[in-house]
Amino acid sequence: MPRQEPWLRSMVDFYATMMRTQLLMQFQYRAATYMYTLGMVAEPTIYLVVWSSIARSHGGTVNGLTPQAFAAYYIVWTLVRTMNIVFTPYGWEERIREGQLSAGLLRPLHPIHFDLAMFAGQKLVWILMYLPIAVGLSLVFHPALHPGTVQILVFLVAIWGAYLIRSMNLWILGMVSIWTTRASAIFQTYVLTELLLSGRLVPLTLMPHWAQTLAAWLPFKWTFYFPIEVLVGHMSNLSLVGGLGMQLLWTAIGASVVAGAWRLSVRHYSAVGN
Amino acid sequence: MLRRVPGVVHVSELTKIFRVPEREGGMNAALRSLVKRQWRDVHAVERISFDIDAGEVVGFLGPNGAGKTTTLKMLSGLLYPTSGEGTVLGHVPSKRERDYLRRMTLVMGNRNQLQWDLPALDSFELNRAIYRLPREDFRKTRDELIGLLDVGDLVRKPVRQLSLGERMKVEIVGSLLHLPQVLFLDEPTIGLDVTMQRRLRVFIAEYNQRYGATVLLTSHYMADVEALCKRVIVIHHGQILFDGQLDALADRFTTTKTIKAVLADGEQVTLTVPRAETSKTTAQLLAEHEVHDLTVEDPPIEDVIEQVFAS
Repeated sequence: MPRQEPWLRSMVDFYATMMRTQLLMQFQYRAATYMYTLGMVAEPTIYLVVWSSIARSHGGTVNGLTPQAFAAYYIVWTLVRTMNIVFTPYGWEERIREGQLSAGLLRPLHPIHFDLAMFAGQKLVWILMYLPIAVGLSLVFHPALHPGTVQILVFLVAIWGAYLIRSMNLWILGMVSIWTTRASAIFQTYVLTELLLSGRLVPLTLMPHWAQTLAAWLPFKWTFYFPIEVLVGHMSNLSLVGGLGMQLLWTAIGASVVAGAWRLSVRHYSAVGN
Repeated sequence: MLRRVPGVVHVSELTKIFRVPEREGGMNAALRSLVKRQWRDVHAVERISFDIDAGEVVGFLGPNGAGKTTTLKMLSGLLYPTSGEGTVLGHVPSKRERDYLRRMTLVMGNRNQLQWDLPALDSFELNRAIYRLPREDFRKTRDELIGLLDVGDLVRKPVRQLSLGERMKVEIVGSLLHLPQVLFLDEPTIGLDVTMQRRLRVFIAEYNQRYGATVLLTSHYMADVEALCKRVIVIHHGQILFDGQLDALADRFTTTKTIKAVLADGEQVTLTVPRAETSKTTAQLLAEHEVHDLTVEDPPIEDVIEQVFAS
């Protein structure tokens, strides 16, 4: 039997190799990647223009948020959204149909590592490409964005925390594709809930009190609102650490559910066709 | 009673039943299925048993839908069996233990595991990391396999620019970088031209010899089976019809032999006779004619297999 590298070193090696492979692919298709990045800006820009107009028509603020505060929120929003892109149930349906899941099952590594490493590699390029766009948006909309060093450092951790939570959530939804061919319908419900309770559609402070209370008990807030607020808000150090703790908790919960659901799903998997 | 020591592959009463929904066509049936869904059990594999020893190359034959791929998927851990037992290298495949997955490979002729947009060398690097191969060992194996399949130029091109045959060859290199001890090959030569098929056959034989690997191979090309397998297992409707030497297949399932003779005047004669009468007919032919050349053959293996499935 061939020799093998120690587990930890090989995992680091796998993530580094996979991310490098994805970087190569993204650079190879840099024009397409840039178009995609530009497309990503459309959603927050619409929100930003609408809320800025509403703020101006209400004497300059909405619930204390100025157009500059909205600009800061939605410019950072785009960065967080880029970090939050993960494999959706649409992708799951395709990879089951095309036999990619079977190929993944044959490898001596949990397939979730592929997704995590793959998107992590892609994000590095997307973020790099977004930065000039963010500068352009800042010149147009003048965001009120003055984070300190601690906020920047916590933000850099929080966006990866958001990525992990959303990865786990959508992996759980994706696994439904192994049981039914119409899991994407459930995904639509997820997206709707996420839009309302994560801070994706509007900052959570603009939502009714009951919605804010509900959001505090669900994972969505920690994938959008929290990392954005880390950079644009005025959170105390205790709140920052508490937020990272919540992200860790939701990641752990998600990982546990993924592990359990995966064991059941693999047993049910029929691998028909490919 | 002596207990048989299981081989590298041990299969006992292995069964896979799929439960599939079914309904008639049309609106009425669609509406009825909303209220009450009809299910049907498909017995893809039924109580099959066999053992394969280390280093054996076994052909697994059967028509489409016979249960070949389902069996390979169960043995490679992709599918949970409904009942029965299967072990490979002492592992229960359905447990999908990492130690097991590192020691086997499943190559399917219609699957692509390489990164489409990148040269295969980049995908090989990824496999190195996945299989935890030390760089030095990996490079040695990679170069050896590239040499054996003569794909030195191909591995530097983006995979999407390769032809089907070229892609299959680099796929196989990627599947073997971790030097698996057991190879499940599901129609590895499907869609390839004759030259490419021959090349792959030589490679599989070489790999088997060099690394002592055990191979279970399905193929619809009898040339693959004749070139590589002394033993064949024939499966039909999920059940094993035959398990034995390839030569014995004709004895068991065909009732005729072909006698070909070249007579003194140059005339060529071909006779198809019942097996039991082969000696008598040959003797008669030699007694009554001046014969320059004479051969007695079993029917072509394709005809034999066709007869097996028809029986």
